[in-house]
Amino acid sequence: MAILNFDTTRNPRKAYSSMAVVMIGLLIFPFVAAQFGNSWVRIIDMALLYIMLALGLNIVVGFAGLLDLGYIAFYAVGAYMTGLLASPQFATLLESLINEYPVVGNSLVAILGPDIQQNGIHLSVWLIVPLAAALAGLFGALLGAPTLKLRGDYLAIVTLGFGEIIRIFMNNLNEPINFTNGPQGINLIDPIRVFGVNLAGEAGSRATVVIGGFSMPSVNAYYFLFLFLCVAVVFITSRLQHSRLGRAWVAIREDEIAAKAMGINTRNVKLLAFSMGASFGGIAGAMFASFQGFVSPESFSLTESIAVLAMVVLGGIGHIPGVIMGGALLAALPEVLRHIVEPLQEKLFGHVLIEAEVLRQLLYGLAMVLIMLNRPAGLWPAPKHEDRPDGDSDTKDQSSGTMAA
Amino acid sequence: MSEQVILNIAGVNKRFGGLQALTDVGIKIMKGQIYGLIGPNGAGKTTFFNVITGLYQPDTGTFELAGKPYSPSAPHEVAKAGIARTFQNIRLFGEMTALENVMVGRHVRSHQGVFGAVFRHKAAREEEASIRKRAQELLDFVGIGQFASRTSRFLSYGDQRRLEIARALATDPQLLALDEPAAGMNATEKLALRELLVKIKNEGKTVLLIEHDVKMMMGLCDRLMVLEYGKPIAEGLPAEIQSNQAVIEAYLGGSH
Amino acid sequence: MDTFIQQIINGLVLGSMYALVALGYTMVYGVLNLINFAHGDVLMIGAMTGLTILKYLNEYAPDLPGYVKLAIAIGGAIPVCMVVNILIERVAYRRLRNAPRLAPLITAIGVSTLLNTFAMMIWGRNPLSFPQLLSTDSVAIGGALISPTQILLLALALISMTGLVLLVEKTKMGRAMRATAENPRVAGLMGVDSNKVIVATFALGAALAAVAGVMWGANYASVQFTMGFLPGLKAFCAAVLGGIGNIYGAMLGGIVLGLIESLGAGYIGDLTGNFLGSHYQDIFAFVVLIIVLTVRPSGIMGERVADRA
Repeated sequence: MAILNFDTTRNPRKAYSSMAVVMIGLLIFPFVAAQFGNSWVRIIDMALLYIMLALGLNIVVGFAGLLDLGYIAFYAVGAYMTGLLASPQFATLLESLINEYPVVGNSLVAILGPDIQQNGIHLSVWLIVPLAAALAGLFGALLGAPTLKLRGDYLAIVTLGFGEIIRIFMNNLNEPINFTNGPQGINLIDPIRVFGVNLAGEAGSRATVVIGGFSMPSVNAYYFLFLFLCVAVVFITSRLQHSRLGRAWVAIREDEIAAKAMGINTRNVKLLAFSMGASFGGIAGAMFASFQGFVSPESFSLTESIAVLAMVVLGGIGHIPGVIMGGALLAALPEVLRHIVEPLQEKLFGHVLIEAEVLRQLLYGLAMVLIMLNRPAGLWPAPKHEDRPDGDSDTKDQSSGTMAA
Repeated sequence: MSEQVILNIAGVNKRFGGLQALTDVGIKIMKGQIYGLIGPNGAGKTTFFNVITGLYQPDTGTFELAGKPYSPSAPHEVAKAGIARTFQNIRLFGEMTALENVMVGRHVRSHQGVFGAVFRHKAAREEEASIRKRAQELLDFVGIGQFASRTSRFLSYGDQRRLEIARALATDPQLLALDEPAAGMNATEKLALRELLVKIKNEGKTVLLIEHDVKMMMGLCDRLMVLEYGKPIAEGLPAEIQSNQAVIEAYLGGSH
Repeated sequence: MDTFIQQIINGLVLGSMYALVALGYTMVYGVLNLINFAHGDVLMIGAMTGLTILKYLNEYAPDLPGYVKLAIAIGGAIPVCMVVNILIERVAYRRLRNAPRLAPLITAIGVSTLLNTFAMMIWGRNPLSFPQLLSTDSVAIGGALISPTQILLLALALISMTGLVLLVEKTKMGRAMRATAENPRVAGLMGVDSNKVIVATFALGAALAAVAGVMWGANYASVQFTMGFLPGLKAFCAAVLGGIGNIYGAMLGGIVLGLIESLGAGYIGDLTGNFLGSHYQDIFAFVVLIIVLTVRPSGIMGERVADRA
């Protein structure tokens, strides 16, 4: 990609002006897209969440080289935590607690008060986000801990197992005490309220948000919030990449034994990778829950873990711009195709041969297979260092076998 | 001239299933020495290395570095205590540049974490700058300063070996342990390596060295120890080792 | 559930199917050092193919005895699964033999996704019912019941596993497989064509998975395009439990895991004061996996291998 270049070490001026161009484009995008209908912006809102997930997974898979197949578990943790602490669900929980373990239930009610017993807990987004990050980060360390000594493929399977275990728990933790409301999921999750503005629009405003006299559809408001969060995640992961910690992650990925021999406490550094990656997943999950208004176990299956992995792999493992592109492509493309391909099939064949859902799966599968076979570094890998100016040749003749410079 | 004992190890035994790899091996290295470990293939030299640097757990043994006991239980602890090593089959971080490889060597002597990485406050920036500076210095010291931004797996074989040494030096070790650094080198490269090792010794560093090139070892090392089948069979000055009957038999074999 | 003996029977039935699939994982791992992530989907393809065959048989030859129909279904599913597995190896794994180990795993995940998608396109999204072929008169054993289908399942599993053992121990190809698993290069020097061995390994694993798939459908009377994922994963856990790379380990691991799941599901309520119910059955396999990998990574029958630095 020669027009836009984001490598700040190579050519800072070009990098920053590229970023500025992209930022401006991103800021005006929703107003342009809204002309064609809100659904386009909604698609991009979800894509932004997936990009956050992909960037988080990129820390684990891309930087540290740990193939986590259960990453979606952290998305679930953030989402369900929001479901529990920003909806009427807590009231239901208390009720089941009182029925099964009256001593515990009643004492909790005594502490929390009748309002919560009636309506549940409704924390503000300012509390939800850091809590989601922290809880997901904790789970990241917990689920990462047993995998520390495992080799690549075993690590993948164990993390996959953990992802499944979380989903099974989410699906079944409704008896005897109703934490997650089982397969039905949790409804009526609060939308996000910042600076007094309800991003879902005030009641009766038909999902229109008014900020300082300026009105826009709710999906646009969420767009700017998610965009802001995405930019923050990009910033943080980029800083992490180019730091002592980032180098330690790459060292572990390249050669764990040598990394240990150089004094890196690989256990702690790996746990940090899991935690940091997980915390971004948790934040994305919290946003998802509030955006959608409900969560159910279906949204957190292995298919989703694989989808996020496909985004990282397709874009460019370890390369942040690549991962963003991979996320945007694989999140938005299927939806875009659904809007185009399904009507097209109707026109050509009279009925839909390949549904959008099938198309989505096909894309993910093909992406992973084709990329691994043909371009394992991804569609947009990190630009090479200054060497190899002449392509694939060895640099043997440029060595200094002797002391001469 | 201070006679400080840098490495003092005694009574190391290590068994792998049915094989007794090391029997009662000990070593004593003084500060500023180049100490050589030689012996036929399979004698247990690399096994001993792996034990003292924490890659294998010994069955028995006492371990002291610069007078302080250290526990060879984890490689990163050993590095922190002050032993840095290179590997028989070069283990560089292939995708990183030469400079970045050496910067990783500074990891154990620096401490910025997540906060410093994200916020880049003054202390973090200063630490990062000093890491970068020291890494470049070390690359210059070993003679590959001009390849700082080259991806390390594209360096020539000899340069990769130098890079591994630079990276080990970056940990500010009390003892530099090199596992066959001259393997695969031609005569010219070996000469250059020898000069580098002397240069390192002149900086006051202590070196423990495994090598097969006996001639090179005789000319380079202050003292030598010979292992055979996991047992020390001789220890002393190069001249003593050369004329030691047991050593001659071990290398030439009784049937020759 | 019911009595202890019933749990044992269920466990053995489940375990036999796990064993058949685990063999596929362990054999591929033995020769290629690779987890064929898509192997569970081969089981699914076997079941779906069997179903399609049975549908045809029921339409055009409804008077054939049940077990004949079943035999034909299995006989038809086996070659289909073999072709699928061989294709997977050829397309996805062969080029990546020397790539870093994550690459073939990611490719395998992609292949698994594709197989699922094709199955969804061919057979639809919803569960399909598997026809009742054998009589439903269960046999009573010590207070528990075992159906003819289950008896057949156990018999087929036993026959298949015996056949595999004979093949591996007594035939030339079997020797070649064992040699390649131990040391591919030396085996090559002895004249063993490693590609042929690998293809044979994939084919054998697929055949066993096909048997397991059809019998799974017959036992549970229902199939769906997603049915391969969990059993496949659990079969892998069983292979690790028994000792990955060891075919006797795979058989043992499969049976043991089946028993653990069955007994666990039966008694978990009592063990946890009814906090966890039998819906949590699926967790056992993963818990077992984690414990094995933490405490004794070489599995029940595996050998301890030291790392060389």
